[in-house]
Amino acid sequence: MASGTEHAPTAGEYIGHHLTHLTSTGHKQASVIDWSVLNVDTLFWSITMGLLGIFLLMRAAKSATSGVPGRFQAAVEILVEMVESQSKSIVHGDRSFIAPVALTVFVWVLFMNAMDFLPVDSLPRIGELFGIHYQRVVPTADLNGTLGMSLGVLLLCLYYNVKVKGFGGWIHELFTAPFGNHPLLYPVNFAMQMIEFTAKTVSHGMRLFGNMYAGELVFMLIGLMGSTATVAGFFGHVVAGSIWAIFHILIVVLQAFIFMMLTLVYIGQAHEGH
Amino acid sequence: MNLNATLFAQLVVFFILAWFTMKFVWPPIMKALDERAQKIADGLAAADKAKADLAHAEKKATDELRSARESAAEFRSGAEKQAAQLIEEARTEGARLVAAARAAAETEAAAASQRAKEALREHVAQLAVAGAEKILRKEINAAAHAELLTQLKSEL
Repeated sequence: MASGTEHAPTAGEYIGHHLTHLTSTGHKQASVIDWSVLNVDTLFWSITMGLLGIFLLMRAAKSATSGVPGRFQAAVEILVEMVESQSKSIVHGDRSFIAPVALTVFVWVLFMNAMDFLPVDSLPRIGELFGIHYQRVVPTADLNGTLGMSLGVLLLCLYYNVKVKGFGGWIHELFTAPFGNHPLLYPVNFAMQMIEFTAKTVSHGMRLFGNMYAGELVFMLIGLMGSTATVAGFFGHVVAGSIWAIFHILIVVLQAFIFMMLTLVYIGQAHEGH
Repeated sequence: MNLNATLFAQLVVFFILAWFTMKFVWPPIMKALDERAQKIADGLAAADKAKADLAHAEKKATDELRSARESAAEFRSGAEKQAAQLIEEARTEGARLVAAARAAAETEAAAASQRAKEALREHVAQLAVAGAEKILRKEINAAAHAELLTQLKSEL
């Protein structure tokens, strides 16, 4: 990021620079919450990964035949069958939208997480050549990205609660579950339900965000070790980077799977009365 | 970690992608999977049917073979019986013919020998009479001694 003649960034500056989003305002967001700002990098990469995933699935779907499948078609079919069987065992009801949601979520999150495998400096460095000075390439390491998706799941939960139980039935459940149907218990029940919905949604988004953010941070620290340009630093970078990247393959797939499973579980809970 | 409008943009993208998957990705793949499952089920059913048909045909062939063998054996024993009967008949007929021929020949031979004897007897009598005539030309009267001659002739 800095040539030899310029002043080299300190470790803190390097990490801080890597953790700064490319925002729509052009500079770093000042307050913790600012609804007028968009993270352009997160949006660009999440939409790109979403389109890439959708495009691959679409290609498989277009050429899907009931005859002997090719390798690519078979791979997509294995994925689809996995999602279908999971959704069938968790959600009892009309799954014509839920199962595709789960598939989308899995593929999308998987691809966004997989951006972590690219060398941590590569895309920001390329961006710099085109005058883009800040860029974070892992959309799931941005809380906005993951909470956006978990909010979507929350909306689906509310929608299916109303659809399955009827609006009155759902309101009734809000006040009578989990402790029972008694006027004294109504406020407690309602508070519990609100806490449950909030906790589900926040933990859903936070879990993915935390894991990917931490993973990205470790890649940055490993990159920092290599940037010392000493023999020990170089080998440390190679060894630690390899180990962490290999371990990260597990994290990436596991987190995508967990996110999909929780999506199904939460929507499945909306289908079941207390 | 800052929160900003990216959240809502991501929310919208989430629903657009999910809708797209529901509309264009999920149905064709599920359709292909279901069709293939149906094809495989059909194929298995056809294989079972073919197996049953084969067993049926094998059983039928065995039955046919056995009945053919049985009827062949029946024919053979019938033919053998008939042949034995024919031989028996021929043998009886032959024996009868031989016996008849022998009887005829014996009768013939007896008659012939009788005739020959008669003739010989006649002849000898004549010869004896002639000889006696010659010897006893004068003394013997043929008419007076005819009784004697006849007696002699019967003794020959």
